[in-house]
Amino acid sequence: MKPPPRRARAPRRRADSSPHPQWDLRLYVAGQTARSAMALQNLKRICETHLQGEYRIEVIDVLKNPQLAQGDQILALPTLVRKLPQPMKKIIGDLSHEERVLIGLDLREARSRG
Amino acid sequence: MPRTRSKLKRATRRQSKPLPPLPKAPSGIRGLDEITGGGLPRGRPTLVCGGPGCGKTLFAVEFLVRGALDSGENGVFMAFEETAEDLAANVASLGFDLPKLEAEKKVSIDYVRVERSEIQETGEYDLEGLFVRLDYAVKRVGAKRVVLDTIESLFSGLPNQAILRAELRRLFHWLKDRGLTVVVTGEKGEGSLTRQGLEEYVSDCVIFLDHRVVDQVSTRRLRIVKYRGTVHGTNEYPFLIDESGFSILPLTSLGLTHRAPTGRLPSGIPRLDEMLGGRGYYEGSSILVTGTAGTGKTSMAASLARSACTRGKRCLYFAFEESVDQLVRNMRSIGIELRPLMDQGLLRVMAARPTIQGLEKHLVTMHREVTTFRPAVVVVDPITNLINVGTTTETQSMLTRLLDFLKLEGITTFFTSLTSGGESLEQTDVGISSLIDTWLVLAAVRSAGERNRTLTIVKSRGMAHSNQAVEYRLSSRGLELVDTYLGPGGVLTGSARVAKEAEDRAVMQGYADDIALRQLERERREKRVEAQIAGMREELAADMVQLERGIKDVARQRERLLEERRVMASSRQAFSRTSTRHRRKEP
Repeated sequence: MKPPPRRARAPRRRADSSPHPQWDLRLYVAGQTARSAMALQNLKRICETHLQGEYRIEVIDVLKNPQLAQGDQILALPTLVRKLPQPMKKIIGDLSHEERVLIGLDLREARSRG
Repeated sequence: MPRTRSKLKRATRRQSKPLPPLPKAPSGIRGLDEITGGGLPRGRPTLVCGGPGCGKTLFAVEFLVRGALDSGENGVFMAFEETAEDLAANVASLGFDLPKLEAEKKVSIDYVRVERSEIQETGEYDLEGLFVRLDYAVKRVGAKRVVLDTIESLFSGLPNQAILRAELRRLFHWLKDRGLTVVVTGEKGEGSLTRQGLEEYVSDCVIFLDHRVVDQVSTRRLRIVKYRGTVHGTNEYPFLIDESGFSILPLTSLGLTHRAPTGRLPSGIPRLDEMLGGRGYYEGSSILVTGTAGTGKTSMAASLARSACTRGKRCLYFAFEESVDQLVRNMRSIGIELRPLMDQGLLRVMAARPTIQGLEKHLVTMHREVTTFRPAVVVVDPITNLINVGTTTETQSMLTRLLDFLKLEGITTFFTSLTSGGESLEQTDVGISSLIDTWLVLAAVRSAGERNRTLTIVKSRGMAHSNQAVEYRLSSRGLELVDTYLGPGGVLTGSARVAKEAEDRAVMQGYADDIALRQLERERREKRVEAQIAGMREELAADMVQLERGIKDVARQRERLLEERRVMASSRQAFSRTSTRHRRKEP
């Protein structure tokens, strides 16, 4: 689903081995701040716990790629965008509130279904 | 001691030096720069607030577009409510081509969508994303101006008010630090200027827009609530949004400072010019014609229009009662051809029902037409119809402003006003007669089954004008002023005047005949006496001859007698010498 130009811009990316992950997540941050690091750390932990092997995380630094902030309508930072599965979801903040992150990602529902 | 004194002096001198005026960025919005003394505060934010549909967004767009086009200051538009496409479509009708400006990198539009339902809050965050986007857009076009429309949308989209308020404060600091001139729009709140108290962040300049409907007529008004560090108009100013954007009309920034030209403009009616000091109206003066229905007000207006146009001056005619065609046809019936003047581009007739728009809009429309057409004469026919739109006070205020504006521009103004039958003729429904320089009253005089028109000059400032009521006639030859019959029985007009004049003529003829007769008599008498004198002279001459002859006879007799005596004495030779000697001795 990813359009090639995005790959060409080569943002810092962490992805799992799955070639077609069910979960496509994008984390927008502004520079290497403590809050950005905290958000990424929190996100990785949550994904490892709940979505092992099913996710891909792309980290976008809007200070380096400011035009990308417009595309996903980013205002608050950090923002986690769930591109897949549809519909798109946005979660703002440093993701320190795990319960809310799970609700925001509809993970509770997904797990109960699975 | 002296050194400190000089220091002190220098310090006071520095203090007394006037501060440089607040730098201002011209808004490019017609009228606003006049009220604000130059524009919006440069490098500072301005809050534009008002209810829905009051024109906030348009104000902001015009500020940006004019900045890019007229002042060479590019701008960024951050839209929180509409997408860039919607915005471009909405303002296209006002003549702003946003996509073109965007393509030319003069304006950048960034649509910021905030959807509460899509956002989940999970811990600490800030609005750096907004800053990054703004910074990116500002750098991309080299912007000097920024519009945030309407930043309040963030309040409904983001749950954490504390973070939002802190970030807003940071945002305004950020904008100020970069010297950006900013327009922030805000929705009017209950009992406050904006719903979210934006005025708390924007303390330099606050402009309030209002859109109100009174008696089914809508009026837009603008007020500068505050403008720190500068003098500004504090009134409510009417404004208009039309196909050429925003126009604000200053109410009272105009003073009585207009020049008074001394040139004259003939009225198109020669006899009337004579009555007006011989040369017609003053150029740039205001003329009011009042009269009851059908007294020929429009005809006088058309006559002036023609007079101006034939002198190569442009005339703008606002017809509030008749359509253009109707006016042309009706004026043709009295010999005034308006169509050729219109074709030459000298005359422009704007016909509209006054009720189609509010008074302010009329005023702004007139203002705009005058500014674009640049006429020498403006006719408003009639002003009374405008009362249907507003109250008398409003109409009066509007006409005052219109007159002020036209006078300032040196334009001759011709108003007609309908007087209702029952009222005093020397009174206008809108009470503007005191603002008028020349006031003509047309009245209908009814007598002997006729209705005739008369014209009186009530006043005409600055000229010796006639005090006489004259009869005013409309015929296919045009307008004519005829002296009325002023006699012991009062003023006579129409056929009564004609009859009276005939009567007068008969009397005059009688006198003339009499004079002729008497002159003849005098001549005859003169001749007769002269003949007598001649006869007597002849008689006298004859007598003289006789008498002369008698005198000569007597003289001759005396001569003869003396001669005889001498002869006799010499014959005697006795007395002559002795007697002489004797006489000498005696004394």
